[in-house]
Amino acid sequence: MSYLALTDADRDAMLETIGVASIDELFAELPEGVRFDRELALPPALTEQELTAYFAELAAANERPDVSFLGAGLYDHYVPAVADAVLQRGEFLTAYTPYQPELSQGVLQAIFEYQTAICELTGLDVANASGYDGTTVAADACFVAKHATGRSKVVVTEATGPQIRQVVKTYAPGFGLEVVEVPHRDGATDPDELREAAEDAACVIFQQPNFFGVLEPAPDLAAAAADAGALPVAHVDPISLGVLEAPGRYGCALAIGEGQSAGNYLSYGGPHYGFLAARSEFIRRMPGRIVGETTDAAGNRGYVLTLQTREQHIRREKATSNITTNQTLLTIAGLVYLSWLGPQGLREVGETCMALAEYAKERLDLPPAFSGKTTFKEFAVRVGRPAREAIREALERGINPGYPLGRDYEGMDDVLLIAVTERRTTDEIDRLAEVLGR
Amino acid sequence: MKLIYERSQRGRRAGRPPRPDLPTPDVPPELRRSEPPRLPEIAEPDLLRHFTQLSTRNFGVDTGFYPLGSCTMKHNPRVNERLAMLPGFRDLHPLEDEGHAQGALRLCHELQEALAEITGLAAVSLQPAAGSQGELTGLMLMHAYFADRGEDEQRRKVVIPDTAHGTNPASVTMAGYELTHVQTDPRGNIDVDDLRAKVDEHTAGLMITNPSTLGLFDENIEEITRIFHGAGALMYYDGANLNAVCAISRPGDMGFDIVHINLHKTFSQPHGGGGPGGGPIAVAKRLEPFLPAPAVVRDGEHYGLDYDRPKSIGKVRGFYGPFGVFVRSLAFIRAYGPQLREMSEVAVLNANYVLARLKDAYELPFDRLCMHEFVLSGRRLKHEHGTSTLDVAKRLMDYGFHPPTIYFPLIVPEALMIEPTETEAKETLDAFADAMLAIAREAAEQPELLKEAPHSTPVGRLDEVKAAKRAIVRYGFEEHPDLSAEPAAAVGVEAPKGA
Repeated sequence: MSYLALTDADRDAMLETIGVASIDELFAELPEGVRFDRELALPPALTEQELTAYFAELAAANERPDVSFLGAGLYDHYVPAVADAVLQRGEFLTAYTPYQPELSQGVLQAIFEYQTAICELTGLDVANASGYDGTTVAADACFVAKHATGRSKVVVTEATGPQIRQVVKTYAPGFGLEVVEVPHRDGATDPDELREAAEDAACVIFQQPNFFGVLEPAPDLAAAAADAGALPVAHVDPISLGVLEAPGRYGCALAIGEGQSAGNYLSYGGPHYGFLAARSEFIRRMPGRIVGETTDAAGNRGYVLTLQTREQHIRREKATSNITTNQTLLTIAGLVYLSWLGPQGLREVGETCMALAEYAKERLDLPPAFSGKTTFKEFAVRVGRPAREAIREALERGINPGYPLGRDYEGMDDVLLIAVTERRTTDEIDRLAEVLGR
Repeated sequence: MKLIYERSQRGRRAGRPPRPDLPTPDVPPELRRSEPPRLPEIAEPDLLRHFTQLSTRNFGVDTGFYPLGSCTMKHNPRVNERLAMLPGFRDLHPLEDEGHAQGALRLCHELQEALAEITGLAAVSLQPAAGSQGELTGLMLMHAYFADRGEDEQRRKVVIPDTAHGTNPASVTMAGYELTHVQTDPRGNIDVDDLRAKVDEHTAGLMITNPSTLGLFDENIEEITRIFHGAGALMYYDGANLNAVCAISRPGDMGFDIVHINLHKTFSQPHGGGGPGGGPIAVAKRLEPFLPAPAVVRDGEHYGLDYDRPKSIGKVRGFYGPFGVFVRSLAFIRAYGPQLREMSEVAVLNANYVLARLKDAYELPFDRLCMHEFVLSGRRLKHEHGTSTLDVAKRLMDYGFHPPTIYFPLIVPEALMIEPTETEAKETLDAFADAMLAIAREAAEQPELLKEAPHSTPVGRLDEVKAAKRAIVRYGFEEHPDLSAEPAAAVGVEAPKGA
């Protein structure tokens, strides 16, 4: 199958207009030595019906368990049908970056509304039109902080997701950054220890709730970073922000996060969107697209990509980032989701997750990995044997019980990280308790 | 049109999450939300109407012809959307046990194999999220490769031609390299003499697109490869223009060591108003050990994730890459199979046809056959009639077309960069060419028609100076300013649009 539209007669007429005898002549300038002289070794072409059958077979080969309590960065939250409906609009789906605003008011206004929603969630002044995911926005935040402070050390708490830390470390050498990690103390970060590490640092990144699901003493961490002259950066879960305080309200200079929870499917890890919000003083250092309001000559309100002198297509090597393609369509799903829930619905989702997680703790009755901590939708327990073993057994009974923390943290081989979203039911939790009980 | 926040009424709502009969847990007061976020409060029918109305104020490939140069705005097959939404893909958690994700891993592996074959290189990582992240990843690979050889301190320079996409120099800076510029010769190729003088033992590599952003295949590519490899440096291929050469000429066979592929260009992932995309990188065997971890590997009939990569640069994004994009791109590749060659041939045929129809009315800076796109100059219209390329672009909207990329590449004054893609019918190409010719006539006869264009869009030309000056970047609720009451700046900001 192909998606070509030319008939043989079209081709002949076009070649004649061009003044060549064959399509091969169009490639006459290619040096002989670099011409590909065989057929591509790819499986034969498929019709749409055959494609559908083949991919259905691949999808079916993913034998997902009946119930999953996996989280560890991406979560099984409900995606409403309206999000699918909006994303299927071809005018959004098949448009490019809105460089020509007169033909792109739909996407531009949606981005403006998305930026507003992220500012409202985070309590900050400006949000960009997305980073790639919740890991790369952490590297972006480091880059902003380095240039804003002139410092070249960044501090990340060990209780921040391992992949976030890995991505920051991968980016760091190119940025000329040194990365320092602050260990957790029984599942949370100690503000005094953080203050010490933050001396001479450009920024401090901590996660709220952290990778263990534990609520950090976030205002104290932000204050500790600020005391040391480092920019406090909170990595937050949008789903938590109907219940938990906005980072801007407790002194964060920037807030970043993984948007998947709010409106995107799991999709085996992507594509999703990363968000980045900041206080207005950092607007000219921000990476990525930003949409601003303006008017046309007749005074009609309209939206454009703005402050483009930060960006690669204008500033080239002096740009604040190389980002070009971003995650716009996924942010529109985020906006639809947040609009569908509204402030009350967002709080309710958070409360439901917390209530179900508390119910799960009670039903499981396993020792918590970290004592006396308040958690949000995810919590860690000791299962009294290697967590991987417990997972393997549970999988045989149709349940994925969670994530083995020993994969990333020493001394935690018996610790299981269990995520409970509003999609889980008390019946499913009862089943988990039964499977994990011995 | 109203913002969604302006349609909002306190207490109204659409979605309701489940509320199980359980006690609501306490949040410590110092961590509890003090004021609710002012998210929209709207009922579902009006929510849908809002976004439907927004969509009618937007132009996509589904709306009409979109010859945006360097962006490859081809048809996005709808079957691919359906496949990406199969529950077995859509609802799969990336940390699901490998044994329960065999279909997804096999899909990733098949895409890796296909991209290796198409690029003519040995190994592929699907992890980078977009073309520019692929570039950055490729430059990190250069560092890692030379560090492994003890040459990283010595090799600090990356060479880039003056026709390069803006992402290339931006990526070079982000990767901590220094930039060396090389010029374009009178035929539109890289100036080989200039190049030779700038490549030495301090050079880490070259970054180019081939065909270049001028839409021209570099006739000296073999000599360029000899110069770089002779100096011990690496060759990086920006795959933005891969749509021109699938099964016609492979980057690996040209001598490139690292290639990124824009899945959202050549392999039809929809652009989504700016994203998501996918930027896998393919590399020569000697660079494979440094690729991001984990790698998707095959062992007989079993597929797995290999994290044991001691020389890996690390991770550039979460998990394994934008998987949903892989579903669409592999579906696109499987639809064509070996006939991908015909895809590129027709892309080049379509471009040359439009070029042939337009080259007399507009200036052609390099008089050669083009590849999948070409660059015209509107300089003559500007000199003779005072109408700029921006005016031509805006006037095209009145004819129902999305404008080409304009003011890029930078070395062509008043540039119009046109990429029709392979999926357009001859009638569409003719209608576009007719419109461009009509606009050239209008420039002579009624230049005001161009200067005041567009006349038929939901808003007229927007005041970008005011937008940058005031920087209203979110809705201000009760304190939202009324910008229409403020004086307008002169219109006509000339900046690269597209690419």
